[in-house]
Amino acid sequence: MLAPVAWSFYASFTNAALSGKAALNPQWVGLDNYARMLTDSVFPLSAWLTVVFVAVSAILGQNALGLVIALLMTRSGGATASLVGTVVVASWILPEIVAAFAAYAYFSQDGTLNQLLGMFGVQGTNWLYAFPMAAIILANVWRGTAFSMLVYRAALSQVPRDVSEAALMDGARGWQRLAFITLPIIRGSIATNLMLITLQTLAVFTLIWVMTAGGPSNASTTLPVLAYQEAFKLGDIGYGTAIASVLILIGVVFGAVYVRLIRGAKP
Amino acid sequence: MLAGKRPTAEAGGRPRVRLAANAALAVIGLCFVLPLAWLLLASVDPHAGYETRWPQSPSFANFAAVLTPGLLFQPLTNSFLLSAGTAVVNLAVAVLAAYPLSRYQSRFNKPFLYAILFGTSLPVTAIMVPVYGLFVQLQLLDSMPATIFFMATTTLPMAIWMTKNFMDSVPLELEEAAWMDGASGLATLRRIVVPLMRQGLGVVFIFVFIQAWGNFFVPFILLLSTSKQPAAVSVFSFFGQHGAIAYGELAAFSILYSVPVLILYTVVARGSGSAFALSGAMKG
Repeated sequence: MLAPVAWSFYASFTNAALSGKAALNPQWVGLDNYARMLTDSVFPLSAWLTVVFVAVSAILGQNALGLVIALLMTRSGGATASLVGTVVVASWILPEIVAAFAAYAYFSQDGTLNQLLGMFGVQGTNWLYAFPMAAIILANVWRGTAFSMLVYRAALSQVPRDVSEAALMDGARGWQRLAFITLPIIRGSIATNLMLITLQTLAVFTLIWVMTAGGPSNASTTLPVLAYQEAFKLGDIGYGTAIASVLILIGVVFGAVYVRLIRGAKP
Repeated sequence: MLAGKRPTAEAGGRPRVRLAANAALAVIGLCFVLPLAWLLLASVDPHAGYETRWPQSPSFANFAAVLTPGLLFQPLTNSFLLSAGTAVVNLAVAVLAAYPLSRYQSRFNKPFLYAILFGTSLPVTAIMVPVYGLFVQLQLLDSMPATIFFMATTTLPMAIWMTKNFMDSVPLELEEAAWMDGASGLATLRRIVVPLMRQGLGVVFIFVFIQAWGNFFVPFILLLSTSKQPAAVSVFSFFGQHGAIAYGELAAFSILYSVPVLILYTVVARGSGSAFALSGAMKG
């Protein structure tokens, strides 16, 4: 695991390429690749899209929806809860490429979404082309929410019953009990979950590659897609590795925070 | 949209809360099941497109069409070899690595565990470019065993973490008794600890297997020849390269490819409760 990381940092300072002279004998080019990132028109866009993708689909979408589903389940119980749980988990267990096909079909011009909109007399558009970011964000929420749901179901089941019942006796309303009792108790799980889904979403490639391939004209190119394109489509291993190194650095920062949080949770 | 329905209805009394919660859950469930509807309907529709519709003349023609050695059996065999290989390597290494971590107190334990935890957080997509370079230099490209070993390293941190947590719940007394009788560390591990944590190891095995089975990116980059590619990659070329996409066959193939992991997951969830598997992974 560490060897590729070390190699990655080394290669990011070279002009290694897939073919041609530089493929056999990569030259040391210093910070050129990193300087190129700053002047490249795609890299800043791609970094920004990655931030949007992670923030909206993971931190907002998966996390909040997972919590909502888990809370609803504690209040409904029975057949509905287990049925919905199965459906949500199924879209998570499916191999990523199959989920990506399903999402592609769902958002395409003749797809399910537009057919549903058509029933209400709304003329749909080709979502993958017109709103590629919205499509991949929704697809990632659909695919990943199960994880947050499972984490929060486990966390909520450990919230002591008597504490929330005591609050109920004291006349605390539903949202008050949620905000002042339940959420503080499961704080640790929230932190861990946020960190894990952030890192998972940071690495998402297949879903985006199948649905939009980063297009149209880079409108949905996140950093993993950009690194892939530079390294394998354009053959510039050095530059692709430099982008990958940035991604690793972001992962390392989040990983460090994550380890800290877990350490802090149990002294 | 759903948040408003959540606990605010509490004042109205229990049955109303339950009804509102059920209704909200049903709406969410419907949203989640819709993208899957196409997959299921198209697979039995010989004239399927991207439209979701009831098949005019439902049949298993699509399934029959993909049930050929080249299209289905070879890729699925490759998937199986990759996944099982990855899981076996993981299990062997994880047991050996978890044993000292679980049984002996050493000042290297904590840093090592944190390093492992850290390893789980590196995005695999970022490591692929340098790994490809490494594979080219070592001439390991298109090699199944090398791909298995790399896939194993990517899931190993999680496997060690889970294995250690399961191993912690095996009581120490039994082992101490064995040591008294002169058994070596490795012998107690093999004869006593491993059999006692069989169920936990099963969970780890299935967990890794499912991950490897669904892995598209790693074999997509590291395996070149069609005869070695797993289903995840072959289904993609199926989708991308043929001029006219055979939607129905694509859906049928996707379902056949998904069934094994769905069954495996059900086995784990039934046998031990899905929260159990997750707590093995999550608790610190």
